[in-house]
Order: sequence, then C-alpha cells, then structure tokens
Amino acid sequence: MGLLSLAIWTPIFFGVILLAFGRDEHAKVVRWIALIGSVVSLAVTLPLFNHFDVSTSALQFVEKSMWIERFNVFYHLGVDGLSLWFVLLTAFITVIVVIAGWEVITERVNQYMGAFLILSGLMIGVFSAADGMLFYVFFEATLIPMYLIIGIWGGPNKIYAAFKFFLYTLLGSLLMLIALIYLYTQSGGSFDLAAWHKLPLPMSAQTLLFFAFFAAFAVKVPMWPVHTWLPDVHVEAPTGGSAVLAAIMLKLGAYGFLRFSMPIAPDAAHEYAWLMIALSLVAVVYVGLVAMVQEDMKKLVAYSSVAHMGFVTLGFFIFNDIGVSGALVQMIAHGFVSAAMFLSIGVLYDRVHSREIAAYGGVVNTMPKFAAFALLFGMANCGLPGTAGFVGEWMVILGAIKYNFWVGFAAASALIFGAAYTLWMIKRVYLGPVGNDHVKELEDINSREFLMMALLAIAVLAMGIFPKPFTDVMDVSVADLLKHVAISKLPQ
Amino acid sequence: MFEKLSIAAVYPEILLAVMAIVIAMVDLFVKCPRRTPTYALSLLTIGVVAYLEAVAATQGQTVYSFGNMVVSDAMGSWLKCFSALAVMVTLVYGRPYAAERDMLRGGELFTLGLFALLGMFVMISGNNFLVLYLGLELLTLSSYAMVALRRDSAVASEAAMKYFVLGAMASGFLLYGLSMLYGATGSLDISTVFKAVASGQIKHQVLVLGLVFVVCGLAFKFGVVPFHMWIPDVYQGAPTAVTLMIGGAPKLAAFAMTIRLLVEGLLPLAVDWQQMLMVLAIASLLIGNLAAVAQTNLKRMLAFSTIAQMGFVLIGLLSGVVNGNTAAAANAYSSSMFYVITYVLTTLATFGIILLLAREGFESEEIADLAGLNQRSPLYAGVMAACMFSLAGVPPLVGFYAKLSVLQALIASGQAGAIALAVFAVMMSLIGAFYYLRIVKVMYFDAPITATTVSAGNDVRVVLTLNGALILGLGVLPGGLMALCAKAIVTTLGT
Repeated sequence: MGLLSLAIWTPIFFGVILLAFGRDEHAKVVRWIALIGSVVSLAVTLPLFNHFDVSTSALQFVEKSMWIERFNVFYHLGVDGLSLWFVLLTAFITVIVVIAGWEVITERVNQYMGAFLILSGLMIGVFSAADGMLFYVFFEATLIPMYLIIGIWGGPNKIYAAFKFFLYTLLGSLLMLIALIYLYTQSGGSFDLAAWHKLPLPMSAQTLLFFAFFAAFAVKVPMWPVHTWLPDVHVEAPTGGSAVLAAIMLKLGAYGFLRFSMPIAPDAAHEYAWLMIALSLVAVVYVGLVAMVQEDMKKLVAYSSVAHMGFVTLGFFIFNDIGVSGALVQMIAHGFVSAAMFLSIGVLYDRVHSREIAAYGGVVNTMPKFAAFALLFGMANCGLPGTAGFVGEWMVILGAIKYNFWVGFAAASALIFGAAYTLWMIKRVYLGPVGNDHVKELEDINSREFLMMALLAIAVLAMGIFPKPFTDVMDVSVADLLKHVAISKLPQ
Repeated sequence: MFEKLSIAAVYPEILLAVMAIVIAMVDLFVKCPRRTPTYALSLLTIGVVAYLEAVAATQGQTVYSFGNMVVSDAMGSWLKCFSALAVMVTLVYGRPYAAERDMLRGGELFTLGLFALLGMFVMISGNNFLVLYLGLELLTLSSYAMVALRRDSAVASEAAMKYFVLGAMASGFLLYGLSMLYGATGSLDISTVFKAVASGQIKHQVLVLGLVFVVCGLAFKFGVVPFHMWIPDVYQGAPTAVTLMIGGAPKLAAFAMTIRLLVEGLLPLAVDWQQMLMVLAIASLLIGNLAAVAQTNLKRMLAFSTIAQMGFVLIGLLSGVVNGNTAAAANAYSSSMFYVITYVLTTLATFGIILLLAREGFESEEIADLAGLNQRSPLYAGVMAACMFSLAGVPPLVGFYAKLSVLQALIASGQAGAIALAVFAVMMSLIGAFYYLRIVKVMYFDAPITATTVSAGNDVRVVLTLNGALILGLGVLPGGLMALCAKAIVTTLGT
C-alpha cells in the first residue's frame, strides 16, 4: 500500500473501529483510540513531506489501479506542489480537533470522533485524487460526516444549518457531476485529470464547464454571493466542526479551481477572470465590512473566512506566479488561523455558553494564558508580519498590484478592515475591566487546551517567520500550472 | 424439434412450480404458529433456484425452448437470480411482522410468494407475448391476494381492491396493445415480430397505436407518472411485508419485460417509444419528488420516491438508440439494469428496517416513528442512513453509481436536449435529497420517543446487516456488478 493510500485509509480505519463502539460507557477508551488514530494518521503523512521532490511539478507518490472498469475509472492517487501541504494540514487539524473535543463532547463520543477521522481520510482523498470520478466521490462523501456532525452536536438551530450545508453544496456539485460526465464523453471515455488537461475544447463548451465547476467550487469556497450558508453553518456547528470546515473544507473548493476550472477550461478562465476578480474583491471588501458589525464571535470569524478566501480566489485569477503561490500560502495559513480562531471561541463557549461578544469583556484578567494565545491568533488573522496570515496576503497583494494597481489597492484595503474587525473583537472580548460575573469566574485553560493552542501557535509563528518550506514545495508546480493555463485549448 | 423442447433451460421454473405446490401441501401439516418448516422449505427452494440461475447466468448461453416460447439468457438468468434473492430476503424480513399480525395462520404468504416469484420468472424468460402476459398475471394475481392477506384490516382490503381494479386495467391495456401488434405483424413470437417490424412493410400507424397501449401497460407496472396512482395507496395500505413483496423484486421483472417487449421486439420503433418514455420520465421525476416532500407517512413517502427512482430507470432506457444507431444501446440498457438492481437492494433494506421497527399493534409507518433510532440502535440507524444516502445518490453508496451510469448513458447519447434533461434530473434529485435527508435527520438529530431497544431474530439481523454492508460495499467497489450488467446485456442483445 502506498503512502497516500495509507494517509487516506488509516484515519478511516480508525474511524470505523470507533463506530463499532456502541455506547458511551467506553468514552475514555474511545478518546484514546481517536487520539492514537489521529496521531498515527498524521505520522503516516510525514514521509510524504520528507520524500517530496520539489524540483518537479509531476505527480508524486503515484498509485494507479483499475477501480471501475466499465467507466475506465482509476484509483489514481498522487500529490504535487499544489496539494502536498493540504494532506499534511488535514491530518494535523484532525489531531487538534480530537484534542479539542476531548472533554467537551460527552454524548456519542465514538460517533463524534469516528466522523472526524473518516472525514479526515475523505478530505485527504480529495487532495490526492488524480482521477475526476475519484475526486468527485471523495468530494461528495465528505458531506455525509459533516452533515451528521453539524446535526448531532450542533447548536440550537442545528437542523436548519445541517440541511442548508448539505443541500447548498449538493446543488453545486451535481452540476459539476454533469460536467464530469460531459468531459468523460468528450475525451473518449476517460476520467483521467491529466487527459482532461490536454483536451482541446471549443469556447462554448469551456464556458459551460467553467460555470458548472464554478457552481460546485464557488459554493464550497464560498465566494460572494453564494457565501450565505457559511455564517449560518458556522454558528450552529460544534467547535470541531467549525474548525474543520473553515480550515479544510473551504479549501476543497479553492483547490478545485486549481485542479479543474483553470487547467481544463483555461480560455474560459481568462475570459471570465474579470468576474472572478470582481467577486473576490467584493468578498474581500464588502464581506470584511459585514464582519465588522457582527455581534456573534463565530459569525464574525465566519465572515472573516469569506473575506480571506476572497484573497485566495483573487490570487488564482490574476494568473501570475506570486499571486497563485500567495493564494496557496494563504489557504494553508488560513487553515491554521481560522481553526485557531474557532477553537478559541470554543474555549470561551465551553465555559460561558455564549458566543455573543457582549457577553464577555476583560477575559484577560481571569484567563491570561488563554488571552495571550487569542491575541496571537487575532494578530495572525489581521495579517501581522511574523505570523502566518501575513505571508499569503502580502504575496497576493503584490501579485494584484502587478496585475492592476487598483485591484491591488482594493485588496490591500482588506488588511485595514481585517485589522479593524479582529482587533475590535479582541478589545471587546479580552481587554478592559472584567465585564460581568461570568467572566469573573472563568478559569484559565487547562493543560489539554494549552497543548492544542500551543501546537497551533507554533504552526502560525513558524509559517510566518520561515515560509520557505511552503513556497519551495509550490514553486515549480505553480509555474507549470501557469504555463499550462497560458496556452489556449481552443481547437485550431 | 427435440432441441426446441430443451427442458434444461426451464429447470429452475419447473422446480419452483413443483416446490410451490409441494410447500402448499406440506404446510397443511404444519402446526408451528410461526410456520418455521414452511419458511425453511421456501427459503431452501428459493436458494436452490437462485443458485441454478446464477450457474446458468455465468455460462451465459442463450437457449430457446418450447418452440421459442421462452428463452434463457444471461440477462434473464441474472435478473431471475436477483429476484429470487430479493423474494428470499423479503420473506426473511417479513415473517416476524406477519406472525405478529395473524397473517401466518396458513402458509399462504410463502406459497403466494413462491407463485409470485414464478410469475416473475416467466415474465423474465418469456419470448412470446402470451407467455409474458401469463407471467405478469401470475405475479399480479398472487400480489392481489397477498395484499388482502390481512382480512380484518380495512385499509389493506381497500388497497387490495384498488390494486386489483387498476392492475386489471393495466393488464387490459397491455393485452390490447399486444393484440394490436399481433394483428399487424401476425405473430406472438417476439423475434418474428421484430423481423416483421424491421421489414418496414407494416403500416406505421397501427404499430404505434399498439405501442402506445403496450407502453401504458408497462408504465403501470413500473408505476411511473401518470400511471402511478395505485403506488402510494397500495404501498401504504398493504401490510408492510407485502409492500416489500410488491415494491422489490417485481421491479426487476418489469425491467426484463420492458427489454423483451420494447427492445427485443420493437427496437425499430425506438424513436417512438423513446419519446413516450421521455415524457413519462420527466413527469415521474417531477411529481414523484415533489409529492414525496409533502408526505409524513414513511411508506407513502417511499412510494413517491419509487416513482421518482423509476424515472431514472426510464432515462437509461430512452438513451439507447440515437438516430437509428444502436451502438450505445447496450451501454444504456445495462445502466438501467444496474439502476434497477441497486434500487431493489436498497428498497429491501429500507423496508427491512420498517418491518423491524414495527411491533405488535404498532406499525412504525410514520416518519416520526424513526425518531432517535441512532440512540436506540446505531447499527440499524446506520443501515437506514446508508439506504437514504444511497437513494439520494450520494457517494460512496451504490445509488450514486446508478445515477452516474444512467446520466452517463443519457449524455453519451448526445440526443438533442440530453444535457438539459440531465440537469433537470439532477435538480430533481436535489429535491429528492431533501426528503431522504429528513429521514436521516429524524433518526440522528431528534430525541427518541421511546427508549425500547430494537431486537431482531438472528436471521433478520444477519441478513439486514449484510444488506446494509452490501449497499456500502457496492458503493466502494461497484465495478463488479456494473461489469456483470454490461456483460449480461451485451450477450443477450448480441444475438
């Protein structure tokens, strides 16, 4: 079994074992198995990084065997510079989520942990699939555990949120399914992504494909104006669900743009780049402003996610090296930072059971250690130099200015909004005198929470101070992707 | 002549007929209130028959016998094998339910089940209009009686009456159409009819008139809009075990009969019947999905969901012939076959759960009755959730590949409007996802209304778990069954 198969199936294997525990009397054993499972799953992804060859854009660790012969579908896995980091990120965040749910989840612990481990394997599958149908199967399958996570362990309005999440994203992906089948027939019966990348297509077909993929991926990212599901879902989802959703599931959509929309329909991508840039800028500027007026911390971070993902799509569709690399770095950084933000809110929520900003004030007085972490993550969220948040945003803005000064200018304004809403929230929640009796009684984070915060803090700082391992991995793949996208695929 | 009487081709049918009669007699001496000997003997018979059919199917030869009246070919043998297994599973799931409702006073459920199965076999292997019709009547007559098996239930009697009246009308339609085709072509033999129609010397209008009636009759059997009226009432009114008997295996027989009549007999008229099927498919997808959303009764909801699912089967059937070119036909029909088989597999498990939850004096028919099933039994909730996600077409469950292959056949046909129809179909299945998800929601997110644990006999537990595992297992590795369907259709139609 290859390394990628191990990375996919190890967490799923542990997840299935957990599901076999029927009831909650073994909660303690279940938690330890989940932790061991997630750590082992992370460990098996590390050799991927060690043995990764940064000098080529070809797929590495390739595994290919026939899966569904009748439709010529292959179990075809491989990672390149675009996807490698997401495999590691997924495995890492899963460990954090298991730690985060340790004492918080007391009902149906085995199903909770099992769902996250299975979800982790499925998401790694999405990032390493090199076959269109395999990608789709993993992409869609992630909906099932997430739907259950939101619906079972979510907040008061969880059912609405679970349905909105499922149906909204299913709508997009069903259109993508038709696009995939269309490509299959056009390419003479192949679901191979590499073959699709070479397939010449007339402009009309490219346009339809581009928008079919857009329907699937823009909803997932989410781009303005199809982002409305995200705040609702984030507010209701349990902390772990929000963290995985923001840190990884949103990236599935952005990753789809890189793997499908741009290389398969490059001419349409160039033709409609203006639209994508415009939508991204609206997300960055307008949604940034929307975030500022939120009363609910989770909603605020959810809107901030939309704004940050706006940077990502902006970076993709300006078609230059630094923009695309920056967008990828931003995706990873946002993975760490948004997970950290949601987990911080979770720490407060577990104690006070409120997400309202107004319910807090002066948390730093009673929880100094926690407030220090929260401040660090807040700084990373507004893109302070030295933190992970800075590198990607700066690269995208640089790329955008190269592309067009005013686009870059508008994008850069987001840094100001980002700082405004994040710092304002920090001021109202953490700083100042103790706000009320609840805050007065707060206890600082315990060692479990400290561990989880510290791991994330290390990641955020390391990426901010020394981003080279991240950009090194991507450089060649990004350059080759852009070379490919620059060549027209219109039939001569 | 001797070869034309090759009885070997119909051994399983003969065995089934003999055993059905023997079991009916043996049952007279059974004292056990749960009819265990009858039950065991029935399962054994069906098991042997299924095995014989599987052996015949793997050999894959096409053998005509009784003067071309019946045919044994790969497609037929596989469908017979699967319908036998489906009836077997139905009996396993249905027996505890029937025993609690005084339906096992005699062994009729088993004998009628065997005769219904024999009817399906004849429908599947018929190569002659009359034989097909006889098989159909044997199946439906047994079904009418089974629906009415609970004599003291007014709902069941009403359902039986409705089923009988509408079913008789459908049979009338079919017979009328067949007689018109007979009048036009001068033959009841399907291969002869094919040659006569293909010759192009018969008046087109007469053929199409007959065809319309045939399609109406088939549409009744599939239960597609606008011939779907009986489905919700019969599904709801019939005792659940019988609902499964009607809603499961007979779909396979209806599919086989459609292939025999429309493809093997009337393929030259494909342009005409494909249009009719398209209208039926669009209407079924629309009405089935929209009506299912509004249901609170689980059996009724599943009835409307069936109507919608059969719309997908028709989409596969209508994608075979493009501009008179039959190159894509095998691909399209095998996608429909795959769809029907996986649909039956999923339906079995779905009703298996409903039957399991029904207790003495409690039918478990409302969607709300499933509330909190996950807390009562994670295993059965998991099986039901797998069924629902499969019916909704979410990977990695087998229902997804069924939809994939049907849509692939449709898009590959490249007919005008194929993409538009595909988009319509997936949008309708998005609506479908809503009501399937609602079942999952009730099971997983709602608090249980009763704390009683779910208990099941060993046979039910094992079969139900296997059934659920198969829905997931075929979703992870669907290639084998797909290849089987493709090969069966190719060898059958290749001649």
